[in-house]
Amino acid sequence: MSLPADAPLIARIAATRRSRGRARLRLITIIAGVLIAGIALTLSLGQSLTPPMDVLRVLMGADVPGVSFTVRDLRLPRAVLSVLAGMSFGLGGVIFQTLLRNPLASPDIIGISSGASAAAVFAIVILGWSGPAVSVLAVLAGLGVALAIYLLAWQDGVAGARLILIGIGLSAMLDSVIAFVLSRAPAWTLQDALRWLTGSVNGATLDQALPVALSLLVFGGLLMRLRSSLEVMRLGDDTAAALGVALARDKALVVLSAVGLIAVATAVAGPIAFVAFLSGPIALRLTGPGRSPLIPAALVGAALVLLGDYAGQHLLAARYPVGIVTGALGAPYLIYLIIRSNRAGGTT
Amino acid sequence: MTTVSATDLPLAALRRSRSLRLGWLVAVLALLVGACILSVSFGTRDVALADILAGVRGQSDTIAQAVVAVRVPRTVLAVLAGAALGLAGAVLQGVTRNPLADPGILGINSGAAMAIVIGMAWFGIQSLSAYLWTAVLGAGIAAVAVYAIASLGRGGATPLKLALAGAATTIAATSFTVAIILPRNDIAGGVRSWQIGGVGGASFDAILPVLPLLIAGLALALLSARSLNLLALGDDAAAGLGAQVVWARAAAALGAVLLCGATTAICGPIGFVGLVVPHLCRLLVGVDHRWLLPFSALTGAILLIAADVLGRLIARPSEMDVGIVTAFLGAPVFIWIVRKRRVRDL
Repeated sequence: MSLPADAPLIARIAATRRSRGRARLRLITIIAGVLIAGIALTLSLGQSLTPPMDVLRVLMGADVPGVSFTVRDLRLPRAVLSVLAGMSFGLGGVIFQTLLRNPLASPDIIGISSGASAAAVFAIVILGWSGPAVSVLAVLAGLGVALAIYLLAWQDGVAGARLILIGIGLSAMLDSVIAFVLSRAPAWTLQDALRWLTGSVNGATLDQALPVALSLLVFGGLLMRLRSSLEVMRLGDDTAAALGVALARDKALVVLSAVGLIAVATAVAGPIAFVAFLSGPIALRLTGPGRSPLIPAALVGAALVLLGDYAGQHLLAARYPVGIVTGALGAPYLIYLIIRSNRAGGTT
Repeated sequence: MTTVSATDLPLAALRRSRSLRLGWLVAVLALLVGACILSVSFGTRDVALADILAGVRGQSDTIAQAVVAVRVPRTVLAVLAGAALGLAGAVLQGVTRNPLADPGILGINSGAAMAIVIGMAWFGIQSLSAYLWTAVLGAGIAAVAVYAIASLGRGGATPLKLALAGAATTIAATSFTVAIILPRNDIAGGVRSWQIGGVGGASFDAILPVLPLLIAGLALALLSARSLNLLALGDDAAAGLGAQVVWARAAAALGAVLLCGATTAICGPIGFVGLVVPHLCRLLVGVDHRWLLPFSALTGAILLIAADVLGRLIARPSEMDVGIVTAFLGAPVFIWIVRKRRVRDL
C-alpha cells in the first residue's frame, strides 16, 4: 500500500493482494500459535503443574516417574481428541454455512447433529454397540437427515429460510427420539448419557480418537482437494454452472465429507454444542472475506474445544463438560445473529 | 356486480356457516367422549365396559377395576393438558400472528423446565404449588425473552426469527439445565421427568392445585377471542377499531403463559400439540377466534388422549411418553406448514 497513487493500477492491485495474503498467513499463524499454546497449557497445567521439560520428555517417549501417567494417559488423549473433534466440527460447520450461504445453516441448528446423536444414542443404549460401528451408523443417519431436509425443503429450488425451519422441525422430532432412548437407559448411565449429550471429552483415550483422525484424514483431505470448486460454489449455483464446474458431483462429495466429519466426531465426543456454528463466523471475522475459510475454521474449532474443555475443567466452580461452555458461548451469538440479520434486512 | 372477484374467494372459503360449525362441535364432542372411553379401556391390560363402569363408581375389587381407577385420573389429566396446550397454541398464534407459534418451538416449555430445575437445585422447592409457580414464572420469562429477541430490529417477528429465537432459547435453557443437574446426582433422577412430557402416574391430588391456574388461563384466553380477531387485522387497524393493542396482546399472552406453565409443571414439556391443533381447527371452523379457541381446546384434548393411548399401544407392554408421540405426529405437520408458505412470508 506504500506505492505512490500514480503507480499503474495492476501493480497496486497486485501489491494489495500480496499484503492481504501476507496478513492472512500471519493471522493463520497466530491462530495456530494460540492452538499450540493451548495444547501446551492443557498438557502441563491441570490439577497439578508439570514442568514443561518433563512434558516434552514424556512426549519423546521417556518414562518420567509421577508424570508419565498424568501426561501420557490422561492429558494427551484428551487434548488430541479435543483438537481432532474441534477440527471436524469447524470444517463441517463452515462447509454447510458456505454451501447454503447462511451462517444460521450450521449442522447443529438444522438437525444434522441431532440425527447423528439420535443414531449414536440408539446404537449405544439399545443395540449395545461400541467403537467404529457406532460411528458408521451415525454417519449414515447424518446423511439420511441431510438428504431428508434437502428433499423436504425442495420446492422449485431450496430457499434458506425454508431449509432452516424444516431442519428445526426435524431436529425437534429427533431430540424426542434421543430423550426416549435415554429414558430407557438404566439410571446409573444417566449422568454419563447427559454428559455425552452436551458433548464431552471426559475419559478420552487414543483409541477413541483414532476414528476421528481417520475421518479427518479422508474427508478433510477430500475437502482440501475440492477447495477450488467449493470456492466456485460460494458464488451460487448459477454462476458456478456458468464457470463450468461440474457441480452435482462435487457438491455431493462436499456434503458427504461435511456430514462424515460431523457425524464421526459426534459419535465419539457427543454433539459439542455450537462449535460447528461458531467456528466459521469467527474464522471469517478474523481472516476477512474472500479466501477459503476451511483451514482457519478448522483451527478455530480446535481451539474452541480445547480451551472450552480447559475452562470447564479448571476455571469454573464445578467440573463441566466442554459442551456446556461452548453452549454458553454460542447461544448469545445466535441471538446476536438473529437480531443483526433483521437489521440487515433479513438476509435469510 | 355479479362477478366474483379473486379476493372474495378465499374469504368465502374461510367463512363457515353456523350449522356447519355446530355440526363440527357435536362431532368433536362425540370424538372426545370416544377418546376418553378408549383411554380408560386400552393399555397394557384391556378392560371390559362393565369393569369400567364399576371402576368409575369407585369399586376396585378386581384387577381390571383397579386399572380403571388408575386410568381415570390419567385421562382427566390428558384432557386438561391437551385442552390447555391446544388453547395456548391458538392464542400464541393469534398474538404473534404467526403460524409456527407453539409452546415447544418457542422455547416456553424449556424455560419452564429450567425454572423448575433451578428451583429444585438452589431454592430447595419441593411442594407442588411451588413447582407450579416456578414453572409459570419460567414460562413467562422465556416467552417475553423469545418475543423480544425475535421482534428486535426491522422486519419484526417473522416465523423464521421466532423459530430461531425459540431454538436458541431452548439450547441455552437446556444447556443451563444440564449444567445444574450434572454435579448433583441426587436430583438427576427427579429432573429426568422434566425432559420428556408424560401424563402417566397422574392422581387427582396432583391435578387439583393446578386447576385454579388452568381456569384463570382458560378464562383469560377465551375472553381475548374478540381482541385476537381485531389483532389479526394488523396493529394499526386494530387500534383504529378501538382495541387497546398492547393490553389486549399482553392479556392474551398471559393467559397462554399460565396455561403452558401450569401444564409443564404437572406433565413436563409436551411439544407440537399447540402447533397442530389450531391449524386443524382453522380447517374445520374458519379463522374466527370465538369459535377457534374453544375448538382448539377440545381438539387439543382429543389429540393428547389419542397420543397417550397410541403411546400405550405401540410400546406394549411398556409405555411411550406422550411427549414423544406428539413430536412424531407434530413435526410432519410443522414441515407441511413451512412448505405451504411462500418464502417471502417466512
